[in-house]
Amino acid sequence: MKKYVFIRLINIVITLFVIATVTFFLMKQLPGSPFDEEKLAVLSDEQRAEFLARYGLDKPVTTQYVLYLGNLLKGDLGTSFYFKGQDVTSILVDRIGPSALIGTQAIILGLTIGIILGIIAAFRHNTVWDYSTMFLAVLGVSVPNFVFAALLQYYVGLKLGLLPVAFWESYSSSIMPSIALALSVIALIARYTRNEMLEVLGQDYMLTAKAKGVKRLKIIYVHAIRNALIPVVTVLGPITVSLLTGSLVIENIFGVPGIGSLFVDSIKVNDYTTIMGLTLFYSAFFILTMLVIDLLYGMIDPRIRISGVKE
Amino acid sequence: MKNAESLVTDEFSDDLFEVVGPREEDSERIGRPPMSAFKDSWMRLKKNKGAVISLIILIIIALLAIIGPHMNEYKYYETDYGASYQAPNQDHWLGTDKFGRDQWTRIWQGTRISLYIAFLAALLDLIIGVTLGAISALMGGKVDNALQRLIEVLVGIPHLIVVILLIMLMEPGIITITVAMVITGWVNMARLVRAQIFKLKGQEFVLAAKSLGSSNTRLILHHLIPNTIGLIVINMMFTIPSAIFTEAFLSFIGLGLQEPHASLGVLINDGFKGMRNQFYLLAYPAVVIIAVMVSFNILADGLRDALDPKMRK
Repeated sequence: MKKYVFIRLINIVITLFVIATVTFFLMKQLPGSPFDEEKLAVLSDEQRAEFLARYGLDKPVTTQYVLYLGNLLKGDLGTSFYFKGQDVTSILVDRIGPSALIGTQAIILGLTIGIILGIIAAFRHNTVWDYSTMFLAVLGVSVPNFVFAALLQYYVGLKLGLLPVAFWESYSSSIMPSIALALSVIALIARYTRNEMLEVLGQDYMLTAKAKGVKRLKIIYVHAIRNALIPVVTVLGPITVSLLTGSLVIENIFGVPGIGSLFVDSIKVNDYTTIMGLTLFYSAFFILTMLVIDLLYGMIDPRIRISGVKE
Repeated sequence: MKNAESLVTDEFSDDLFEVVGPREEDSERIGRPPMSAFKDSWMRLKKNKGAVISLIILIIIALLAIIGPHMNEYKYYETDYGASYQAPNQDHWLGTDKFGRDQWTRIWQGTRISLYIAFLAALLDLIIGVTLGAISALMGGKVDNALQRLIEVLVGIPHLIVVILLIMLMEPGIITITVAMVITGWVNMARLVRAQIFKLKGQEFVLAAKSLGSSNTRLILHHLIPNTIGLIVINMMFTIPSAIFTEAFLSFIGLGLQEPHASLGVLINDGFKGMRNQFYLLAYPAVVIIAVMVSFNILADGLRDALDPKMRK
C-alpha cells in the first residue's frame, strides 16, 4: 500500500512537471501581450527595458524557465501581469474561499438529495416515483449548467426576487450558485444510488435478513444502504470534474469572486502568469482528488484490490 | 485407490442407467429463425418508447438545422439596425437580437454547429480512439507502453484546461475547437477498447479460433470487432452530448465561436445578457440545446439497454 502511494505520488510530480513545462512554453508562444502595446511604445528604450526587467521578461527564455520552476518549488507562482504587483499565490489564496464554500455546499446538497432520491426510486421501483426521479436525473445530466444557472437567475432572482441575483455580499449570495452547481451532482448520485440499490435488493442476504425477522427499517439501513453506497465512490471522479468545469461558468454568471471566474477573466486579459498558476492549481487539485478517491476504494471495500500492490 | 474404484462400480453398475434419447415433442419443434445481433438490438430499441421519441426529435432538429436557415429571406449574419430587439412576430418568427439579426435563422445555424461537433466527436472516437485502443491491445509491449503513458498524462489534466490552453494558442473558432477535440476527445474510447480487447484476447473462444487456424484478419473481423461493437456504440453515444456541451460551454464563456458566427452557446450568452427585457432571446436557444442534450442522452441509454442487456437495470 505504501509503495503504491509512493509510486502514485512520483507519477503525480512527473505529470505536474510536464504540465508546468508545457504551459510555460505554450504561454511564450502566445500571440498578444498582457501589456498595452500603445502605452509601451511611449516609453523610452531604457524605461521599456526596466519595465520588462521588473517582470523578468528581459532574460532568455531558458533562464526564465529555470527561474519559474525554482519559484514553483517555493510555492511562488509568479507576479500577475494584470493585477498590478500582486503575487498569483496571494490572489489565489484570496479567491479560494468563495469557490470552496460553493463547492462544498454543492457537494453536500448533491449527495443528500441524490442519495435520498436514489433510495426512493429503488424502493418504489417501476412506479411513478421511480420514473420521475429518473427523468429528473436525465434532465440534470443533460441540461448544461450555464443554461440552468441562467434560468435559475431569471426565475428565482429576477421574477420572484427570493435571492440576490449576483455579487458576493452575504451568505444568501452563495445559495443560488451552490444549487446551480449541485444539479449535475444530484443527477449523477441519484442514478447511481438507484442502480446499486436495485442490485443490493436482489441479493440473497436481503432475503436472509427478512426471513430471520429483522425490522424493515433496520434492513434498509444496515444491509441495503450501506452496501449500496460503497460503489457510489466511483462517481466522485466525474463529480469533481463537473464541479471544476461548473465553477468556471457559474462563478461568472453569479459574479462570485472565486478562482473559476479569476481563470476566465485572466484568459480574457492574457494574464499569462495567472493562467499558468491556475492551470497548475486545477491540475494538482484534480490529480490529488483522483488519488484520494482511488485510496478510498481500497479502504471502503477490501474486495477491490489496487493494481500494482503485489509488485 | 483400488477400494474406491470398486466401490464406484459396485454402487453404480451399468444396468442402472438407460439411454433416454431426444424428447419426442422437442425433436419436431420448429425454432425461431436465427436473428442477427443488429436486428435483435434494433427490435429491442424500438420497444423503448423514450429512445424512439428521442430519435424522432433528433431527426426533426437535424432537418430544421438543414432547412431552417433557408426558410426565410434573412441570413444569420445580416444586421438590420432598424429592427433590433423585436419580439417574436410574423416577420421574425423568434424575434431579433440587438443587431436586428433574425433569431430563427441564427438558432438553426447554431444547431448546425452543435450537430457538426456531435458528428466530429463520434468520428474521432471511431477513427482515433478505436484504432489506437485496438493497436495498443493487439500489439502490446513497447507500443502499448508508450500509448499508455501518453494517455495517462492526458487523463491527468482536466480536458477543459487542455482545450482552453489550445484555444489561447490559436484563434478562437470552429477549427480550433476541432483541433482541441482531436487531441483530447479519443482518450476514453481508446482506454475502453483496449481493456475490452485485452479481456477478449484471453478468452477461450479466441484460443479456439486460433488453434483452428484462423488468420489475424479473420480473428479481428469476426471475433474481436463483433464483441466490441456494442461497447463502441454505447461510448460514442455518451461522448456526443458531452462534446456538444463542451462547445456550447466554450462559446458561452467567450472562448468558442465568435460573432457574427452563431452557435447555441453564443446565442445563450447573448440571451443571458439581455434576459431582463428580452427573455425570448435566452428561452429559445435554451430550449433547443436542452432538447438536443436530453434526446441524445435518452437515446444513448436506450442503445445501451438494447446492445448490452447485461447492463440493463
